[in-house]
Parts: sequence; C-alpha cells; structure tokens
Amino acid sequence: MKHGRYPFIIGFLIVPVAIYATFVIAAYVQAFQLSFTNWRGFSPDVSYIGFDNFVKLFHDDTFWKAIRHHVLLLVFLPLITIILALFFAFLLNVGGGSKGGRTRGVWGSKFYRVIFFFPQLLALALVAVIFSRVYAPDDSGLINGMLNQLGTGPVLFLADKHLALWSILAVLIWQAVGFYVVLFSAGMGSIPTEIYEAAALDGATRGTLFFKVTLPLLWNTMQVAWVYLGIAAFDAFALVSIMSVDSGGPDGATTVLGLEIYRNAFNYAQFGYASAMGVVLFFLTITFAALTLRVTRRDAIEL
Amino acid sequence: MSEIFKPEVDRRTLLRRAAAVGLLATPAVTMLSACVGGGDDKDDNAEKPAGTVSATNPLGIKEDEPLEIVIFNGGLGTKYATDVHIPSYNKLFPKSKVAFSQAEEIATVVQPRFTAGNPPDMVNNSGSKLMDQGALVQAGQVQDLTDLFAAPSLDIAGKTVKDTLIPGTVEQGTFKDKPYVLNYAFTVFGLWYSGKLFKDNGWTAPTTWADFTALLEKMKGKGITPFGYAGANAPYYMYTVLLTSAAKIGGADILKNIDNLEDGAWTNDAVKQAATAWAEVGAKYSNKAFLGLKHTEVQLQHNQYKVGLYPSGSWLENEQAKDTPAGFDYQLMPIPSVTAADKLPVTALYAAAGEQYFVASKGKNPRGGMEYLRHMLSKAGAIGFTQLTKTLTVVAGATDGMEISPGLTSGNKALGAAGADTFSFRFDTWYKKLDDELRAATNELFYQGGTADKFVTRMQKAADAIKADSSIEKFSR
Repeated sequence: MKHGRYPFIIGFLIVPVAIYATFVIAAYVQAFQLSFTNWRGFSPDVSYIGFDNFVKLFHDDTFWKAIRHHVLLLVFLPLITIILALFFAFLLNVGGGSKGGRTRGVWGSKFYRVIFFFPQLLALALVAVIFSRVYAPDDSGLINGMLNQLGTGPVLFLADKHLALWSILAVLIWQAVGFYVVLFSAGMGSIPTEIYEAAALDGATRGTLFFKVTLPLLWNTMQVAWVYLGIAAFDAFALVSIMSVDSGGPDGATTVLGLEIYRNAFNYAQFGYASAMGVVLFFLTITFAALTLRVTRRDAIEL
Repeated sequence: MSEIFKPEVDRRTLLRRAAAVGLLATPAVTMLSACVGGGDDKDDNAEKPAGTVSATNPLGIKEDEPLEIVIFNGGLGTKYATDVHIPSYNKLFPKSKVAFSQAEEIATVVQPRFTAGNPPDMVNNSGSKLMDQGALVQAGQVQDLTDLFAAPSLDIAGKTVKDTLIPGTVEQGTFKDKPYVLNYAFTVFGLWYSGKLFKDNGWTAPTTWADFTALLEKMKGKGITPFGYAGANAPYYMYTVLLTSAAKIGGADILKNIDNLEDGAWTNDAVKQAATAWAEVGAKYSNKAFLGLKHTEVQLQHNQYKVGLYPSGSWLENEQAKDTPAGFDYQLMPIPSVTAADKLPVTALYAAAGEQYFVASKGKNPRGGMEYLRHMLSKAGAIGFTQLTKTLTVVAGATDGMEISPGLTSGNKALGAAGADTFSFRFDTWYKKLDDELRAATNELFYQGGTADKFVTRMQKAADAIKADSSIEKFSR
C-alpha cells in the first residue's frame, strides 16, 4: 500500500495549507505589494511609488520611537518573565526538597500552579481593561485609591511619560508568567529524578541544584520561551491600544509598531505606508527569531 | 445495482474528494487580491436624475429604487433616523424601500464596501472610528451635493435648501470648491458649568481674564478642581478652547491660516499668547491626574460638582443626560477674553456644523441618498432631530421659541449674542495627523509643564511636515 501514502498525506494537508495560504501567506504577499504603493484604502486604483514609503519611514521620528520601545520590551519582557517563571517553576517542582526519593514543590504547589495560570485564561483586552482600573489616577484606581487614603498623592502610572511604558510592561509580564511556569514545569518534570538525587547525595544545596542541574537541562525550553516572548515584545498592540493615554501616549511615550501601523492605516488612510511598516516589522521579527536560535545554540544533552 | 450499496467508499476516492475541497478553497486567494487593483467599474449614474423630475421629486429619484443608509450609533443615537427621517422619506416615496443599519465603528463596517465598490447610499461618517473624509473625496467616492443645495426645501415654502441653512454650512462641507458633505448638527463650543453651583455660590460668568482667574481661585478655595479636561482621549476639547482664544486675540483669520497650512500660522503672537494663558491655567487650576482620565470620567466629576468648568460642545448635555443630577442646570459661557485688546468681542464663539453625512457617488441610488438628506434638512426633520438629541441642526431657526432643555437654550442664547462672530477650523478633519500632533502637544502644554514656545514650534514643525508631504491631498478655504 506504499503508493497510497502520498495522496493520503496530501489529502490531510491540503485543507489546512490552503487556509494558511489564503489567510496568512496571501495577506503577507499583499502587504509587500501594498508597501510599494500609495494606496489610501478607498479606491480600487493603486499607483506604485517604489521605495518612497521606506525612505519616508527612515525619516519618521515616531517610527524610531516605536523601535526604541520594542528594544526596551525585547530586553526586559523575556528577561523578567523567564526569571520569574523559572523561580516559580523551581519552587513548584523542586523547591520542597526531596522525600522518599522524589523531589517535590513547596507546600500548596498544586494550588499555586492553577493560580499562576489564571491570567493566561483572560482575554488580553480584558486584562487591559482591568489594569486600566488598577492604574487609574483618581480615587477609583485600585493603587491610587489606596495611596490617596494614605495621603501620598497619586502616582500617574499611565499618564507619566517616564512610567507609562514600564507600567504596561508590568502587565505584559503579569499576563505571560503563568504560561511559562507551566512550560518550565513540564520541562523540569522530564528531568530524571536520579540526577537530583545524585546531586543531593553529593550535598548540593537548592541553589546549586537549580544552577547546575535544572538550568542546563532546561536550556532548549528556555530558548523557545525567549523566542516566543521576543515575538510578544514585537506586538504589545492590544495592551498599548487599550491602556495608553491618547493612544500610544502621553506624547508617544508608549507607542509600538503595531499601533503605528493601525494608526496610519485606519486613521490617516495611508495603507501603503502602513504596509511598509508591516514589512519592516516582519523582517525585524524574523531576524530576531533567527538570531536568538543561532546565538543561543548549544549541544543538547542526551538524557 | 449493487454498485450503489458498496459498503466502503474506496479510500482513494475519499482522498480525491478531500483534495477537491481543498482546491475549492484556493480561488479565495485570488479573490482577496482582487480587492486591490481590480474591479474598476465606474458607472457614474450619479450625475443625471434616474427618474422623472417633478415638484415633489426635484432631484428626480427613481421612485421604486431601494435606498440603503448607515447611521453612526453614538451620543446622538439612531432614533432620529428611524423615527423621523425615514418615515418622512417614505411618506413621499412609499415604493422606495429603505434599508437601515447602524454601526458603532463606521470605518470597520463601511470602508471595505467602498473598496469593493458596493457602498451604501448614504453614510453618517462619525465617531472615533470615522473614515478619513478627505481621502474619500480624493478617491472620487463622494457625491457632489450641489443639486441638493439648489433643490427647493421640503417644507419651507419658496426657499432652496441652501437658503434655509445657517450661513457657512455648505462651506463647512466643501472640498476643492464643491460641496461633498452635509454637516448636519450645529455645535456651539464653550465652557460648561452648573447653573446651580454658580447660583449657590453667587458666582457669575466672567468676561475678562482677571475675573476668570479670580473665579478659578474661588473655586480652588472651595475644594473644587476649577478647570479640567480628559487627557486620555479628549485633548481635542482643550485645543478647541485654546484655538478659540487665539482667534479672539488675533481674529478669525488665525484659524484660516492654520487650516491653509500657511507659513508661521502657529508661531504668531496670538497663538503664543493663548498658549501662555492656558498653560498657566493648567499649571495652577487643574489636576494633573486628569491626563490619565477619559472624558466620561471627567464629565461625571463635573456632574458631581467636583469640577467647576468643563470645555465641551453642545452635545454634552445629551451625552450626560443619564448622570446629571436634578437641578444641575447646564449653562454655557463663551471663553473669556485673554487681553483687553482682543480683536473679537468676548461673545465670539467657536460654532460649527458638525456630524458628517455624505452620499456615495458609486452607490446604487445616489439620487435617493440626496433626497434623504433633503428630508433631514426639512423643518420637521430638524425639529424632530433636536427634540430627540437636544442638539441644534444647521436648519436656521427651526426650533426657535421651543423650550427643550436648559443647556440647549443657553447655547442658543450665546449663539444669538455672538451674531456674526462665529468661527471654526477644518484642519482636524482635513489632516488627521495634525489633529493627533495637536492632541499630544496640548496635553504636554496643559498637564506636563510645557511652554508656549515649545508648543508653537512643535505645531509649526508638524504643519510644515504635512505641507511638504506630497502623499497627503491639500485643501484650503
């Protein structure tokens, strides 16, 4: 029955591939096409203007501002999220020491595992709305309501241009940590307990266990996490769009490429220019993913 | 015959069928690309009447052609369309079936239809997700309304539609020398306060800047935030105030120059003086936390007597109807004069026709769309609209002598006092980008310790950049 195998595989793949081609690849191709036009979105006629959009982009201050914000997010979002997630995952799985030859988490770890995952279950838009209330500058805000009771004036989380992006970063981290706790937990679960036992017999402390055993064996998982979080850092559109003052403000202090694309396409009716931004974003994301995978490559440890 | 009852469908046949389904999906790719670059059927049935012109049908619509309209569902609601204008239209043309729909995000719902070439006939382009009207005109999607304005009014005998309107209305919707858009609602802009709060404290509306700051001082003493606007989404309200002051100081041409992107339109003394004056109000008499609030939140505080003066347009009273305590008594005051040497009197007002309605030139029934607008512009249509929305229309004096609400009466009175001294600007709809820059610059000036010099330099730079950008179509007035 060997001759029937390829039609069989193709038969199963063709529908998803066709859907993918329609909604992802075709859309990408069209974005590339539009980035060389001055299409304004209201007429079927387009005229090609070569690389003008990209030249304009290069001289656009707002664009560079958005890029700088992405760089900041790119450094801190993966870093803080992974550190927190590793810490929690370690506590949940190994942190309780070993008993009867089995490592276990701290007391109540099953309960915490569920709690940590909760933010992941909320829609991003919902998270944004909730945190808008948490950060609200008047008495109705969760934090400022308390601060006002104590008489220490309001902290303008989203309205202060030095704080705004950090406040949004904090929400991104809060939302992401749960998923990576679960991811790392699964990774830790696949590390044979004998290795921990052997290390423990040799007198390793919890810290040594973590840095000398857990971390090296989790390298592949962390690499994946870094790429995922990096891509998330290139996005951040939903949170910025819903939470930020004066969309992307104050005064552009929180703007990201996604928001600028949206603004140029749907507010300024500059679809060609917006597509050019989209193309740049596409290459940035691809480059980042390729670089991360290349730079962090290490030999996998056979277990 | 046993063929039919063959127990199992051959596996290969099954796969071939599955493959066929997959192939069916692929043409969708080409269909998608067809959205851009294809489908340019330019059937200009817009210019000539489709039916017979008569006294009751001056625009010559085809009486049995259906009509499709889309109304923005926001502060004004949609009841005025379904309960007033559509019945009026159908009374005259019972055979023309009106397909009504409403949308909260106009661009999301309607824009793809313009691109695809099957737009609805009449669109109320409004709300935060409105389409760029200038770009629509540039793309030739908007019907020239000259015939509508020249047609006789529906129920004001002996006058053309244009004659029944407040002067300036047609110009407000003019792009490149042709009227393309009907701005239907007439908005008066100023500082709103509670008549009750003022009466209880013995305060009166100030006219000079010294009296104004003295009043703000008194409010501050009472623990009220004297003045504030919502920085998060409504800096537009504040920059209208600021530019109103600039126009009063230097004359209405200041705004005209800004609209026309003239050199130095922002860096002149009038704008600078206005910016200086309002930056001081921001620094001394407001609350920086408002930068993080939305307009509804500040308006609620205003209703709770926690904010003294709030800048807004005459839609405010209707928007807040649900939250306004009994006896609040909305009142409007014009912006006080900044200097004693202001070119325009204190009664001068920012007043303009707003709320855009336009007819699609490439729709199925453009004549019908124009006829629908004629019904909106009838006296009965205007009265119905004002009663339902507490908002004036551009039909001059349609509701004179009618007591509808305190805010409306107060706005109407201010408008009467202003006489010919009303003005407005257009750049915010012409150049959305300039509007966004001004929002950010206003927030900086008012709430983040900005200076007038920085403000005018920044805005001049933004205006110059737009002027130099050949991809943006320029308008002038």
